Amino acid sequence: MSDEDEIILSELDDEELVQQMFDDLYDGLKEEIEEGVNILLERNWEPYDILTKALVGGMTIVGADFRDGILFVPEVLLAANAMKGGMAILKPLLAETGAPRVGKMVIGTVKGDIHDIGKNLVGMMMEGAGFEVVDLGINNAVEAYMEALETEGPDILGMSALLTTTMPYMKVVIDTLVEQGKRDDYIVLVGGAPLNEEFGKAIGADAYCRDAAVAVETAKDFMGRKHNRANA
Amino acid sequence: MTEPSTSLPDLDQLTESGLRPKGAGSILLIACGALAREILDLKQANGWTHMDLTCLPAKYHLYPEKITAAVRESVAKHRDRYDSIFVVYADCGTGGLLQAACAEMGVEMVAGPHCYSFFEGNDRFAQHSETEITTFYLTDFLVRQFEAFIIKPMGLDRHPQLRDMYFGNYEKLVYQAQTDDPALTEKARAAADRLGLEFERRFTGYGDLATHLKDL
Repeated sequence: MSDEDEIILSELDDEELVQQMFDDLYDGLKEEIEEGVNILLERNWEPYDILTKALVGGMTIVGADFRDGILFVPEVLLAANAMKGGMAILKPLLAETGAPRVGKMVIGTVKGDIHDIGKNLVGMMMEGAGFEVVDLGINNAVEAYMEALETEGPDILGMSALLTTTMPYMKVVIDTLVEQGKRDDYIVLVGGAPLNEEFGKAIGADAYCRDAAVAVETAKDFMGRKHNRANA
Repeated sequence: MTEPSTSLPDLDQLTESGLRPKGAGSILLIACGALAREILDLKQANGWTHMDLTCLPAKYHLYPEKITAAVRESVAKHRDRYDSIFVVYADCGTGGLLQAACAEMGVEMVAGPHCYSFFEGNDRFAQHSETEITTFYLTDFLVRQFEAFIIKPMGLDRHPQLRDMYFGNYEKLVYQAQTDDPALTEKARAAADRLGLEFERRFTGYGDLATHLKDL
């Protein structure tokens, strides 16, 4: 791009800026996203609006193009990294301004599995959708999950695995929940490349989520049902 | 042994389009393109002329959801021509779907989770799998095709800054050598350096692959 074509973000009006942030997220431009977030904050946008309208809005396009085979993993990772930059600015402000909280999730990759790209994407998109996310990181034994469920009291337990050899461990965790009479206390969502819907059903999860966007939609759906049940 | 002779199939062809059968022999091996050279080497060394080989594109490993359907299609296409068919894939990220499909079609397949396991020997691999969760494995094929199979699909040629997002949790690269080739070892060492991982070379030979094929 030549100098005369360069876009000065601060010179764009709000609508143009948000559109430009969609493009910058799509292109994985972290610094531009951070700049866009700061400009919107200076214009007195609520942090929650920046998160949902600019960042999540942009990532929704990225997610759809990933599902349609237009974008691939490297591009999604770059976009996620850019969103992470924006989120880092917004997160403390969201806490201060009391943004709406949809629910709480504990998430981690299962014992023996160190592959956390999918888990990190889900965690970030869940935060973007208004969930509080407690990230247990990688290689979690059943004890780690049980302890986190006890101390954090989440609505949702998310488990992720990339390997055929590690994905059966999800059943170990779910069976432990059943044994301890706690299975119905949590919505259990599972995901990871070698998983499929049949596997999710077979191990007793509430749902298999094929990507981060589906995880968010599924989580919202289950939370909605939970509230309806509570209000009935 | 150095680089295989020129009569062996082209690596890019094995990655992108696979290999057609020759139409000779009573047993058809339907294999991953990543195993073609090793299987042809075993066939030649053991005089297994009763076996024919066809390979699906090795790149399916990047999209494991394609493997089961492609194997089904290949079995259906070839089963009338041969007395029996053997599928030279392990589970390979299909989450049990390939195993189920093979059972349904009445064909056998290689046991184990993936080629890193059966090259080393499934029993031996299982013994250290819990202590090697931060290990990234390369085979001869993957060393030769490191750029095409790892670097380019992961976008590391265009976006090297993504390296630690992919490999940040890994500590070591183990090169499972099927053959003794100093040039490949150096290439594997360079791959480890590029990924920021410790390097170890572990000679495996053909492991359980040879055992399985010998029994056919």
